[in-house]
Amino acid sequence: MKKLESSLTNMLLVLTGVAVIMGAVLAWVNSVTAAPIADQKKKALDDGIKAVLACDDLVVAEPDTVKQNGAKGKELTFVIYQAQDAQGKDIGAAVESTTLGFGGNLKVLVGFDPEGTIKGYTLLEHAETPGLGAKADKWFQKGEKGDIVGKNPKEPLTVSKDGGQVDAITASTITSRAFLLAVNNAYKAYKGTPTADGQTGASFTPDTNI
Amino acid sequence: MNYISIIKNGIVKDNPTFVLMLGMCPTLATTTSASNGLAMGLATMAVLICTNFVISCMKSITPDKVRIPVFIVVIAAFVTILQMVIKAYLPDVDKSLGLFIPLIVVNCIILGRAEAFAAKQSPVASLFDGIGIGLGFTLALTLLGIVREFLGAGSIFGLTLLPETYNILLFILPPGAFITLGYLIAIVNKIR
Repeated sequence: MKKLESSLTNMLLVLTGVAVIMGAVLAWVNSVTAAPIADQKKKALDDGIKAVLACDDLVVAEPDTVKQNGAKGKELTFVIYQAQDAQGKDIGAAVESTTLGFGGNLKVLVGFDPEGTIKGYTLLEHAETPGLGAKADKWFQKGEKGDIVGKNPKEPLTVSKDGGQVDAITASTITSRAFLLAVNNAYKAYKGTPTADGQTGASFTPDTNI
Repeated sequence: MNYISIIKNGIVKDNPTFVLMLGMCPTLATTTSASNGLAMGLATMAVLICTNFVISCMKSITPDKVRIPVFIVVIAAFVTILQMVIKAYLPDVDKSLGLFIPLIVVNCIILGRAEAFAAKQSPVASLFDGIGIGLGFTLALTLLGIVREFLGAGSIFGLTLLPETYNILLFILPPGAFITLGYLIAIVNKIR
């Protein structure tokens, strides 16, 4: 078959036609996948909350978003998921907290019991160096070298290099500091909310210095 | 042209990574582990097969002067579809490759094959070219991923083979990608 000539009309028609058809196909695929994508996101978050609170059977309340101005004027956002077990007993909350890690934003989900003791954590988003800082997803878990589970960040957790009690990831002090800062801030956000101990939510200043 | 030889060409004679040296950016960036390399290769192959076929079907109604924009629209549409499908059904792949999937749009292998093959050959031959080049790319990325993961993390496909003391971290970091790729290109071209 002979090639279509490159006249203005032909070019306009073909390019517009292709764009419209592809746009329609995309719209259709989007309508098919939109629901599963939302499900996956929700499932990932639910699994995370369950994992960090070490409880399989729980009811999560409406998330509570807390915004605070950090020391350097940067606004920090925390999302607090209050959770109850099947009997309706308050078992604490999972708190989403973001700090600046070594390679970019470090977003962690930390689970606290009602007293503020850490029950677990998971990394939601990070850009740390593979093989170094990226080990943070396992390093601070229960039974690992930098175990923070069972600790209460009432006294902010710090790495042993800064006089604290948590072992930093080998050769990744910046990531470790950023991680502990995220945990400490999450604790402050959790304990600073009215639902937790009756105080006002605006009573704490998260620390952004690493 | 015989279809089997088209596939063989894509893997050996015109291997996109080791011979054509196309698509170096995803090659270097995503091969930190064997499974990442494999997933990236397969994702690219899926896009390549679709775009090669569709572009070849449309070659007679595509005026020469607007062929590149038309190709790009088709490629971008398929990549976006792939991205949505991966997000919906393969959340683990999305987590490890998330950012690199949309970048397949600008992978020069795809546009390169559209220009060099699909725009001239029949749709079926283009389909096989997509499979061949895609397999070549997948094999190359997996091989690179295996070597880097083994030297850098002491494991292959997440299966630990060497204790942590023997890990050479450099191979997981960007310089390791260049070093490994250089050696692999040399070896492959020697035995090819």
